Amino acid sequence: MKSEIVIVGAGISGTAIAYNLAIRGMKDIVVVDQGYLTAGSTGRCGAGVRQQWQTMANCTMAKKSIEFFEHAAETLHYDEDIEFKQEGYLILACTAAEVEQFQKNVALQNSLGIPSKVVSKEEALKIVPHLNPDAFISATYCRTDGHLNPFKMTDAYYQAGKKLGVTYLFGERVERIDVEQGRIQRVVTDKRTIETARVVDAAGGYAKEVGELAGVRIPVYAERHEILVTEPIEKMQGPMVMSFSQNLYCQQVPHGAFIMGRTTPNEPHGHDLSSSWQFLDAMAKTVCKFLPKVGELHAIRQWAGSYCMSPDRQPILGPTDQLEGFYLACGFSGHGFMFAPMTGVLLAEMILGLPTTLPVEDLLIDRFKKQTTTVYEKSVV
Amino acid sequence: MHDDHVILCRCEDVTLGDVRRMLAAGYVTVEDLKRQLRIGMGPCQGTTCGLLLQREVASFLKKSPEDVPIAKARPFVVGVTLKAIAEAADEE
Repeated sequence: MKSEIVIVGAGISGTAIAYNLAIRGMKDIVVVDQGYLTAGSTGRCGAGVRQQWQTMANCTMAKKSIEFFEHAAETLHYDEDIEFKQEGYLILACTAAEVEQFQKNVALQNSLGIPSKVVSKEEALKIVPHLNPDAFISATYCRTDGHLNPFKMTDAYYQAGKKLGVTYLFGERVERIDVEQGRIQRVVTDKRTIETARVVDAAGGYAKEVGELAGVRIPVYAERHEILVTEPIEKMQGPMVMSFSQNLYCQQVPHGAFIMGRTTPNEPHGHDLSSSWQFLDAMAKTVCKFLPKVGELHAIRQWAGSYCMSPDRQPILGPTDQLEGFYLACGFSGHGFMFAPMTGVLLAEMILGLPTTLPVEDLLIDRFKKQTTTVYEKSVV
Repeated sequence: MHDDHVILCRCEDVTLGDVRRMLAAGYVTVEDLKRQLRIGMGPCQGTTCGLLLQREVASFLKKSPEDVPIAKARPFVVGVTLKAIAEAADEE
């Protein structure tokens, strides 16, 4: 089998990149995944989409991506509902330091055209009346943040790509990427050999290992993040409620269920995706403190997914001088789903040598060569 | 009643017709069908529909049901209120 490019990973990033390459005219695109569509981080994510970030690169990636989500079904000619809801993110400030930092964040976001604002406790309680008023000081709110169905959004890219001729190989594991004289020769899976000169690493939690197959070192690691979902009920909460310092995100999705997660401190690096009682206990306590009414719901399913953590918690996109023809789309640090529309556009533009829609300097792997990097995204759960 | 209207997943209202349409569209694993249709994702977590779905996939693929992997089993066995979990954690 021959191809122009092999994309490793059929999650939201891989499917978005494949579509964006195909719509710009590339032929013979192959996407390989060891599982099924969305089997990795995409299908395990909380699927919130927000623009309230602390670094310029993350803000602009997110803003442009939300603009895409607003018209995604029409753009991709997708017949089903992607279940996009825009009822905002309410980010709680629970410490004096957060109150101060969030004012700076909102100033940056507003300067980039993101309609976020600082809201008082009273205003926050109007937006989410069942919040515990004693659990926070003030908040920030951005009404155009939201949520969409990760399975359907990925399926939309997948189907649009297939119509443009993209080949998908599921249940195939990439075992080798052969490099000779500094050039990629072929990708070997457990089922076939694909001749190609270009590879995109969109392997999510396994991005580091896929890089190693080609001798490319990527400064990322995989970290388990756990999550749970409740039974569905009638609508009672519009926005995502989130706290960085208290380590919580909790959202009612259009289907009616509440999805919630938090980071387990001192999680070892690795690919363990089992469910722990430690997470469950801490999650239950945290949500009962902030959203006591949600505590009355039955939790029905618990699972975990991988964050692919980068040193500055910003994505790593584009080429690397370590190997010609090898492109990165990884290191999303838990936010690959919400950035995916721009990941797809930027990767396609860089691979095809086109001018990029957004500046990419802050997102290239080369940024880690400089010792002076001071940008660091702290708005992460 | 037409076969297509038979409900396989009573928690999420997924019918046999829904499953057959997705199978015909190329989603032929239980994990794919679960993600596209929400079958088995409701309060009973596939306790009722899991084996029915496995049988339906097997018949589509002309395989024996035991050769069709079912969805991964995850906690919880039954739903538990978050409040009960939080209170139990506090007592420890």
